[in-house]
Amino acid sequence: MDYLHYLRKDKMPHIWCDGCGNGIILKSILRVIDKLGWNKDEIALISGIGCSSRTPGYVDFNTLHTTHGRALAFATGLKIAKPNLHVIVVSGDGDATAIGGNHFIHACRRNIDISMVIFNNNIYGMTGGQVSPTTPTDKKASTTPYGNPDAPFDISRLAQAAGAAFVARTTVQQFARMDKFIEMAFTHKGFSIVEVLTPCPTSYGRRNKEGNGVTMLEYQKQNAVTIERAAQLSPEELQSKLVTGIFVDRDQPTYLERYGNVRDKAQKAIPQVRDGENHAIQI
Amino acid sequence: MDNQKPNIRMMQGNSACAEGAIAAGCRFFAGYPITPSSEIAEDLATKLPAIGGSFIQMEDEIAAMGAVIGASLTGVKSLTATSGPGFSLKQENIGFAAMAEVPVVIVNVMRGGPSTGLPTHTSQADVMQARWGTHGDHEIIALCPASVREMFDMTVKAFNFSEKFRTPVILLPDEIVAHLNEKVELPDYASLEIVNRSKPTVPPEKYLPYEMVESDVPPMAFFGEGYRYHVTGLAHDETGFPTNDPEKVEEQVRRINRKIERYRDEIVEVEELLTDDMDVLVVAYGSTARSAKRAVMIARENGIKAGLLRLKTLWPFPDKEIEKIYRRANKIVVPEMNLGQIAHEVEWATRREKPVVRINRVNGEPLTPKEIFEGIKG
Repeated sequence: MDYLHYLRKDKMPHIWCDGCGNGIILKSILRVIDKLGWNKDEIALISGIGCSSRTPGYVDFNTLHTTHGRALAFATGLKIAKPNLHVIVVSGDGDATAIGGNHFIHACRRNIDISMVIFNNNIYGMTGGQVSPTTPTDKKASTTPYGNPDAPFDISRLAQAAGAAFVARTTVQQFARMDKFIEMAFTHKGFSIVEVLTPCPTSYGRRNKEGNGVTMLEYQKQNAVTIERAAQLSPEELQSKLVTGIFVDRDQPTYLERYGNVRDKAQKAIPQVRDGENHAIQI
Repeated sequence: MDNQKPNIRMMQGNSACAEGAIAAGCRFFAGYPITPSSEIAEDLATKLPAIGGSFIQMEDEIAAMGAVIGASLTGVKSLTATSGPGFSLKQENIGFAAMAEVPVVIVNVMRGGPSTGLPTHTSQADVMQARWGTHGDHEIIALCPASVREMFDMTVKAFNFSEKFRTPVILLPDEIVAHLNEKVELPDYASLEIVNRSKPTVPPEKYLPYEMVESDVPPMAFFGEGYRYHVTGLAHDETGFPTNDPEKVEEQVRRINRKIERYRDEIVEVEELLTDDMDVLVVAYGSTARSAKRAVMIARENGIKAGLLRLKTLWPFPDKEIEKIYRRANKIVVPEMNLGQIAHEVEWATRREKPVVRINRVNGEPLTPKEIFEGIKG
């Protein structure tokens, strides 16, 4: 396929560091879009703030780079107002689950037809390596120089509990699975999420002595286990493992389907409503 | 109702706002419950789905503000409504709408503050927040209704300005006007002047969403119609993509300010009452202007030549309109339900040439005609 067809070539080079996994995820997203044959005019790619949130600037779709944590809020309005658009949100772990945590759980609950790809690198990369809601306990960040005293979120489990229709997690190293999960998410009815574990050698790897991008990918390769395999392991054995797979795949009514019913009821309840005519709407 | 009959009814200010939004072509509302603005949301939750529009109650005020910007990018006129604490939460995204030039209307029904304050009582203490609540240099348009009919008219006007100038517009009623029930005759919707944003006439490859056009308001393409442009809150150049180029940044920030400033005569509206022969000028707005009007009448009955200038627009500030008439008076009285937010602007506009008497109240109770009359007399 021709990646350049989807990229804004004049916006290159991108801002991502050597060894960062963001570009690998972007390529996967583009491969899936190409495979699905979606028209570029019918795609809206929306983000918040952070390294991953710079993605929309590089791709030739309708692109919206919003405020920190709020991509899902903007995306919700956009999808309701123009349901024929394929609305994709890209977000990081901090953007999606710290400052944007409220929007995240409510988007799951609402089950509006939006797909979200979360680039989880366990750190605030763009601002220089501060601790994030997915930084493991005891790991170092610029704001946890003695180790992280906090417990991390499991984003996929959070989305599952909050009611998302499709939730899957993969590492960026397993790029074939990443393609598969992203395709499943993009074609799933309702709110769908793919959490991609991706290395940040610059801000996370270096500080925690986990090596460069290649070393960090190697770690992913050695430690990724499926949900099924993870069920066989003891809590101690699971400690360093990256649990990947499909957490949720369920068919449930979407917000827009339910709102269609609301419209039907409203029209029956207010039969005399005629748009734009010379009277206030009678209730 | 028969189309030929006048549309007269008893109506609440908030309901008139909801009707005005529908008449202006608003088809999307996102909000979060907050007293004393919730009736706007409740009315639109009932009405919008009946006419093919959409209502959504979001998870918080910030999300509601984001959702209306998202909806507006597709070309759908969008509204949110809130009050003090919610208005504070919306500020970051209001700045996004100003920077990215996305038309949206925000209603802030003013209640007592600071903080949670007096949720069910009136105030006019968000005047400066409307002007400067979000960070960075930006112009803003804020309209201040004083009657139920004006809640309707100014909502229409707010949409028209937001569409014309590609900017967020704030409607700033106080709780009294929002919850006032009074007789109102609504106009024939078909007779209303409705403005829709201008769309690009050039092909997509030539489209510059933030072009330095002569009017200072570049046409706006809708998402999903083939233009595939980029919208960001980052400083951007005419293409919409982020830039650090000082010249480009300066030029864009100056343009989004200039596009309001240069049209201020078209935007700003005031109402004058008995100002020709006045000795005392009362400058008031919102429900306080209703008390002030009565106070001016009482003053005239008592042989004091008082006049009233009612500010229908608060931002851009009607400085020229004040400048035109203030020299006729020996004294200026500014009653307001805050500690002098507009009085300060009046002093600035009149260069402190005349004494400015402030009549202030911040306890949730309205200012009475008698109290304002005391200020005129004293």
